[in-house]
Amino acid sequence: MDTILQVRHIGKAFEHNQVLRDVSLELDEGRVLVVVGPSGCGKSTLLRCINGLEQIDSGEILLRGEVISGQRKNLHLVRQKIGMVFQSYDLFPHMRVMDNLLLGPVKALGRPKEEVRAEAERMLARVGLADKAGVYPRTLSGGQRQRVALVRAMLMQPEILLLDEITAALDPEMVSEVLNVVLDLARDGMTMVIVTHEMRFAEAVADEVVFLEDGCVVERNPPEVFFHRPETERAKRFLQSFDYAPRRRAAQPGANTAEEQSAP
Amino acid sequence: MQDSGVSILFKGINFQRLLGGLWVTLRIALITIGLSLALGLVFGLIMLSRRKVLRGISRAWLEIVRFMPQLVLLYMVYFGFARLFGWDLDGETSAVLVFTFWGTAEMGDLVRGAVSSIPPHQRESAEAIGLTPMQVCRHVLIPQTVRRLLPQAINLSTRIIKTTALVKMINVTEVLKVGQQIISQFYRLREAPFWVYLTIFILYFIICWPISALAGWLEKRWA
Repeated sequence: MDTILQVRHIGKAFEHNQVLRDVSLELDEGRVLVVVGPSGCGKSTLLRCINGLEQIDSGEILLRGEVISGQRKNLHLVRQKIGMVFQSYDLFPHMRVMDNLLLGPVKALGRPKEEVRAEAERMLARVGLADKAGVYPRTLSGGQRQRVALVRAMLMQPEILLLDEITAALDPEMVSEVLNVVLDLARDGMTMVIVTHEMRFAEAVADEVVFLEDGCVVERNPPEVFFHRPETERAKRFLQSFDYAPRRRAAQPGANTAEEQSAP
Repeated sequence: MQDSGVSILFKGINFQRLLGGLWVTLRIALITIGLSLALGLVFGLIMLSRRKVLRGISRAWLEIVRFMPQLVLLYMVYFGFARLFGWDLDGETSAVLVFTFWGTAEMGDLVRGAVSSIPPHQRESAEAIGLTPMQVCRHVLIPQTVRRLLPQAINLSTRIIKTTALVKMINVTEVLKVGQQIISQFYRLREAPFWVYLTIFILYFIICWPISALAGWLEKRWA
């Protein structure tokens, strides 16, 4: 299988804060890489470096064997191949849904409008928003906006899709409608790098999980290993932070997960 | 013959004189608005500059202009500069200078506010779909800036129109001054000031209200 993305020993600091230290990973076509880790571990920065929203300080990033890092001039050409969806629902508020979708393919790629429109309608229908093409984003719920944002990114026919905590700002009941779309894309063979706090989703969607802490790759494993038999202590501790011991049984001896929860 | 109330307005060419005065007001206001909006765009971009010095200077200008009563500025230019530098500025020119000095600063601050109120994610998500920096500006940033800016710029225009009433104080015969001339013509008539000033009020209202309503409509439409 072809390797699409290679990240080689990249480092990134903001002022004196070293956010990424010697991070390396590679991604084959059609695979899904999930990046997890505590807040501030550098997950989002990693994604932002990959599509050039941040410049890396050291190392290099290659897309299909070509170095894409370190250049500033033709970043837009690189970004046409790397789709990205953010945490905030970042549709363009002054455009209707359909115009949001057409902007990239028509203006950036120069594709014929009618062709893209037909494709956009198909994809909107696929994510359950066939009737929303003509409305403004402010009339949509957060979950609906994120689905439109996914469609907008997909219409660029990117080689890779980067998802940066796309459900973190959503109300809980809207999370699954968005994640189901992502699962659907993964089944279709879309290559993706996903940063998420939804561990069950991570387990379901990932081909491989990378655990990042303090800007370093601490563990890299297939999901069935990472989530059930993590190899590193730090990963174990991180995963335990998602477990809650029932309050009424916490007084029993040996319920040390509860103690960990309340420890400062 | 006994004159009464509203009739004095239509005596002779009084009403035409009022309209003539109103035109002087409007002429000053329109030139000022045109200059202020254009220069304010540039000034706003300076206020957004990455250079601290430029930002500092522009900030200082804005503060000074805001603290200074426009009438004091008018006197300073019309009476002060004339004597000091021997300039022979007429009232209208002085007024345009002073109001533009003020309007540019206010417009600049509106531009600054409109641009910086656009969340950074708007630029990033536009970049993420592969648009060039020019396309990002043209299709995403500028349209949103204009939508935020235009209603406020229109409101600023009505403020400028109202403020031009001050030029009466530097001997420009605008609508208020004409009004006073008409009143003194009928100084024996008790109701004269009321009717004249009411008329002037209505004239200002007829001009400013539609503009203000337009701003409100745009604001609602683009909310």
